[in-house]
Amino acid sequence: MKMTEIKHHLNDQLLIGYSAGSLPEAFSLIVATHISLCDECRARLAEFDAVGGQVMMQSQTAEMSEDGLAETLARIAGGAQAPAPTARRSGVFPRPLQGYVQGDVEAVKWKRVGGGVRQMMLSTDGQATARLLYIPAGVAVPDHGHRGTELTLVLQGAFEDETDHFGRGDIEIADEDLNHQPVAAHGADCICLAVTDAPLRFSGIIPRIAQRFMQI
Amino acid sequence: MLNVAHRPIVSDSRSGSPLYAGVRTRDLRQTGQQTLTQKPTEQDETWVAQIAAIRDKQDKRAFAALFGHFAPRIKGFLIKSGTNPDVAEECAQEVMATVWHKAHLFDPTKASAATWIFTIARNRRIDMIRKTRRPEPEDLPWGPEAEPDQQDALILQQETDKLGAALSALPEKQRALIEKAYFGDLSHSEIAAETGLPLGTIKSRIRLALERLRHGMK
Repeated sequence: MKMTEIKHHLNDQLLIGYSAGSLPEAFSLIVATHISLCDECRARLAEFDAVGGQVMMQSQTAEMSEDGLAETLARIAGGAQAPAPTARRSGVFPRPLQGYVQGDVEAVKWKRVGGGVRQMMLSTDGQATARLLYIPAGVAVPDHGHRGTELTLVLQGAFEDETDHFGRGDIEIADEDLNHQPVAAHGADCICLAVTDAPLRFSGIIPRIAQRFMQI
Repeated sequence: MLNVAHRPIVSDSRSGSPLYAGVRTRDLRQTGQQTLTQKPTEQDETWVAQIAAIRDKQDKRAFAALFGHFAPRIKGFLIKSGTNPDVAEECAQEVMATVWHKAHLFDPTKASAATWIFTIARNRRIDMIRKTRRPEPEDLPWGPEAEPDQQDALILQQETDKLGAALSALPEKQRALIEKAYFGDLSHSEIAAETGLPLGTIKSRIRLALERLRHGMK
């Protein structure tokens, strides 16, 4: 398994947010999916978790109730040993994503959104949206800007935009400053996980109508 | 190596304390507040040994000691994160119960006891208080080692101490921002791009293990 080719990684803000547990669910999903593919970011996350541990250790203590220990022992008696996690290698989709699709890539219920592009919205909490995008090789996603942050993680194939080339495992972090037109690279159809915390802003009238159907 | 001798050091060693049964939490906490001369690394070793005793012998005395140290910190952390004290108490109890039930999954070469317990508290907070989901990465295919390397565990403990010392030595303003981020008070876009976190003090064991794995594969 080649793990060393990922060039585009999570930034510190996302890793801290994920470590703190303060990200919207859709963002946590893309972070967990990227980390499943990227050992570098897995290692960085461990370092941010260590910071969280120290912040907790140094924060002001609050006295537990008098019966706190006895109550906790009662909870222990009423529970069971946690099962060992099973290390299972994924297919096209890493395991956290499979949980949202109910399977690997063949389980996706694609909907056509025009120009050969297909998508599937994934159900997450309302603070941000997540969807899978299927872009045929050589096809462009409509030119768009962003009001918030949009993250795009490549799961199959590759795409290119004004900034760079993105292959499997690469994540593009686009903020309000980036107006880009991703194009799926030739050779293979591209499948991406895309999340955003604000509606995208398309530049033409047709894409704006399409936006209503795409729910983005 | 940073000098960490000025840090207030709290000991957890309570081998002489009576069995937990009749011991009130307040008593435990008072014992826990005693400042002893135990070095931080030895303190980490004590926690690792206590977790192992829970795993191997369902040792309630070791658990009571761990509880006396960690539960008030978890509760304090949760209150700082905006949780009301009653919920924070319940959540801290749940976290400590999970520590017991997951003791066999703790790997001291991958995370210090404090880091591991933090991740349990973080996850419990998301379930109980934020009521949202936080998908987890899939586990590494090479999984936890059956026989954790003692040397690796020791280095990790030393680095965790250095990280803690470096964190408490940060300028107050910067430190407050980092705390806010971990208390969940900042959205990801509000977290500064340059946190100035002293991450150079810690090189995760995962990183080292990965490097070894890569070299071994070539």
